[in-house]
Amino acid sequence: MDSLNIARWQFGITTVYHFFFVPITIGLSFLVAGFQTAWYRTGKEQYLRLTKFYGKLFLINFAMGVVTGIVQEFQFGMNWSDYSRFVGDIFGAPLAIEGLLAFFLESTFLGLWIFGWDRLPKKVHLATIWIAASGTLLSAYFILAANSFMQNPVGYEFNEVTGRAELTDFWAMLTNKVVLVTFPHTIAGAFITAGGVVLGVALWHLLRHPNRDSDAFRSAAKVGGVTIVLAATALALTGDRQAKVMTEVQPMKMASAEALYATTDGASFSIFSIGTPDGSEETFSIRVPKMLSFLATGTFDGRVEGINDLQSAYEAKFGPGDYTPNVAVTYWTFRFMIGIGMAGALVAVWALWKLRRRTPFKGRLAWWAAVTVPLMGLFGNSFGWIFTEMGRQPWIVFGLMPTSAGVSPSVSALEVWISMLGFTVVYGVLAVIEVKLLLKYIAAGLPPVAAGGDHSDDGEGAHNVNVNGNGTDEERPLAFAY
Amino acid sequence: MELTTVWFILIAVLWIGYFVLEGFDFGVGILLPVLGRDDRERRVLINTIGPLWDGNEVWLLVAGGATFAAFPEWYATLFSGFYLPLFLILISLIVRNVAFEFRGKRDDLTWRRRWDRCIFFGSLLPAVLWGVAFGNIVGGTEIDADKEYVGTFFDLLNPYALLGGLVTLSLFVTHGAVFLSLKTLGDVRDRARAIALKSGLVAAGAAVAFLVWTYVRRDGAQLAGWFVLLAVLAAVALLAGLEANRRGREGWAFIGTAATLTLAVASLFVVLFPNVMPSSLDEAYSLTTTNAASTHKTLTIMTWVAAIFTPLVLLYQGWSIFVFRRRIGVHHIPADSPVVAAAEALAAEAAANTTP
Ligand code: HDD
Ligand code: HEM
Ligand code: HEM
Repeated sequence: MDSLNIARWQFGITTVYHFFFVPITIGLSFLVAGFQTAWYRTGKEQYLRLTKFYGKLFLINFAMGVVTGIVQEFQFGMNWSDYSRFVGDIFGAPLAIEGLLAFFLESTFLGLWIFGWDRLPKKVHLATIWIAASGTLLSAYFILAANSFMQNPVGYEFNEVTGRAELTDFWAMLTNKVVLVTFPHTIAGAFITAGGVVLGVALWHLLRHPNRDSDAFRSAAKVGGVTIVLAATALALTGDRQAKVMTEVQPMKMASAEALYATTDGASFSIFSIGTPDGSEETFSIRVPKMLSFLATGTFDGRVEGINDLQSAYEAKFGPGDYTPNVAVTYWTFRFMIGIGMAGALVAVWALWKLRRRTPFKGRLAWWAAVTVPLMGLFGNSFGWIFTEMGRQPWIVFGLMPTSAGVSPSVSALEVWISMLGFTVVYGVLAVIEVKLLLKYIAAGLPPVAAGGDHSDDGEGAHNVNVNGNGTDEERPLAFAY
Repeated sequence: MELTTVWFILIAVLWIGYFVLEGFDFGVGILLPVLGRDDRERRVLINTIGPLWDGNEVWLLVAGGATFAAFPEWYATLFSGFYLPLFLILISLIVRNVAFEFRGKRDDLTWRRRWDRCIFFGSLLPAVLWGVAFGNIVGGTEIDADKEYVGTFFDLLNPYALLGGLVTLSLFVTHGAVFLSLKTLGDVRDRARAIALKSGLVAAGAAVAFLVWTYVRRDGAQLAGWFVLLAVLAAVALLAGLEANRRGREGWAFIGTAATLTLAVASLFVVLFPNVMPSSLDEAYSLTTTNAASTHKTLTIMTWVAAIFTPLVLLYQGWSIFVFRRRIGVHHIPADSPVVAAAEALAAEAAANTTP
């Protein structure tokens, strides 16, 4: 493989990996903040224990989100230096702003939250988790604004002299119509994932230890389930908007999402099909009539342009070349995104139904639900991104710069191999460790809380280890320590 | 002042912030096996930086992002040119950061020893490599007419740059030791002070040699006079810091080492100006604050953003340092948590069930 293809694999691997942790961080930070608020309001110990329990899972996940994010920040310069030179004037700003506005906020206030259980007044301590959670939204917005420029470049001008794209309208870039639909869709995707984690873990506990903390886990399961249902609704609504915007800005992506080769009025949507991998010939399919037209244009008889016509139109506009993304990938990832994500919502509805009475929660199906529901959100998100990014190919910035022109000329294939294998191996090892740790802490169940309530994060013996015997604040052990 | 100059200064400020802040937590990481004689002591050391290291690291991320935004050509040349060293730094930061988070999650000494090793090497390697990288930036590298780095990985490991690596390593160790003497109690505190003195003397020697060599290499620099002034002040600050440390004035000692790092990084940026990456092939190929910069428009927007948000960041980061100001001793370290214990018990039970 040449350095271009390795660089693409590397970017794909590291980014998809980063995005396993991102949606959990975004969604779970809010859900944990919600549990803590419930505790603050009601004083019920159960909510404090849920806060600590899910907080711990959140932190294990957050650590991975941070370390994989660091790689992302530098990857553009390392592997895509010509791309960075070309768009730096536009693309660098949201990235820098993300760091200055969001990452400082997240990291500092989470530090305060983690270590501040006994140092800060209750109210201030509660505020720190809400501030950190808001930070994740800010960071998502700016990075998505950067990504949306690649999907639909706006607010720029091509400068012949410098040979690069230059910013003309910052506001236009921040309010790109793509980011306006991508942001709510991605955030909803984050909540479906985090809701899945909360629900799945709670169900697992209800199944495994029906008599241990079942009230707490029942309420957690409901929170998770309702989050999923709401998020799934939001995903469908925003996804529908997105499809229309995408049809406008990148019709080729929509055509590839359906493997629609010929321009069609009133086009149908296939839920499933068998045929050649790129969908050019089909032997069997299940179709929803006129659905694609509705998704793409908003009317059932609308015209959807096909791949063949778009290909010739692009050749006329950009010169000879292949402007069709990998149709097999776009076709299936689009279906998997919707299918897997929505299956998660069905599981949530089913679980909520079963939980409406106080009868014990059990059965084979229930085990399946507990184990699969967190994974559905996660993989729905991954497929969504793989669809979005691979559907944009062969462009790195749509209509402006082909991916092949963006790669670093001074970096050898060997170097890219080294870094790709290095990251992949380290990521793989960390994935195993992380999953084991998560499972271990899930299995441990809700932490005990001592009488003092807020003084006992993790129950790490805030009151019983006191070497000096006098309990002044200065002498007492830390409520939380690594 | 030109906006490009403003941004050159702001990026210098970000790197100063990074070196001053992450400098001490790298130092703590490197000193972990030296100063922490048992698990509890090691936990004391780690907890001094526990709430702070992530926020410290963001200075690097913002320095990277700001370089991308303000000087895209610099960002592109630097990170593609110094590819492998940067890769090593990234791997180090990854394992080090998860180590902080994961080491206490199991009550198992082998597990903890492994993560301690990750913290040590994950701090040591970047501490050296940032110095090497700066040595190469300041000393000049083989950059061609297309603004591409055409040298090899081994060209980056030249004696001048390696001396730079020794400077950052010894300065970070000193800074970290002084920080620990300020933040801990008892035995650890005394040992930290003793180490600070020793590594401080190494740092002083290495730094003076490096700064003199820099002067010789870049004697034509536009602001050579200012460079000399800052370099001398850096040396003075270091000696003053060491003296304060010897007298047990730990707060002053920390201010001293922080000032040293500030002045030393500032002096390097001063000697660099107006270049951002001088070329050793031909002066004309050098990347400068003008030929590497973004447009005036982008710089204006970024200036507003920085002017509004940087003070805010400083305010809340300062608050966080204030909240966690108190010293930590072994008696503050809680025994292992019941959660860890419960999780261990469950894991053992599960293992017993699966083995026939
Ligand atoms: C929709 C949201 C989203 C997307 C598309 C991305 N990230 Fe991310 N990123 C986050 C949302 C996020 C987050 C939720 O804010 C994280 C996860 C864990 C964390 O600390 O913040 C984060 C962490 C994170 C960090 C570490 C921050 C820290 O130390 O606190 C960096 C440097 C990046 N990201 C950079 C990137 C880049 C360059 C991306 C593009 C390829 C990217 N992220 C995609
Ligand atoms: C976080 C979720 C994301 C995922 C899972 C993701 C996934 C991918 C994948 C799979 C590719 C490879 C496509 C191919 O080579 O055919 C890719 C390419 C790329 N993506 Fe993303 N992406 C994400 C977000 C972003 C964001 C937010 C940005 C920009 C800020 C971005 C910028 C890029 C770039 C520069 C490439 C170039 C490599 C290429 O096209 O081959 N991505 N991404
Ligand atoms: C009826 C349901 C859905 C529809 C119609 C839909 C539609 C879309 C469309 C059209 C895109 C591409 C946007 C672009 O490239 O411009 C997209 C991307 C994406 N989808 Fe969905 N989607 C649905 C459900 C889901 C679900 C259930 C999830 C997650 C569990 C999800 C996660 C994502 C993600 C992460 C992306 C990439 C980021 C983005 O561009 O927003 N989607 N979706």
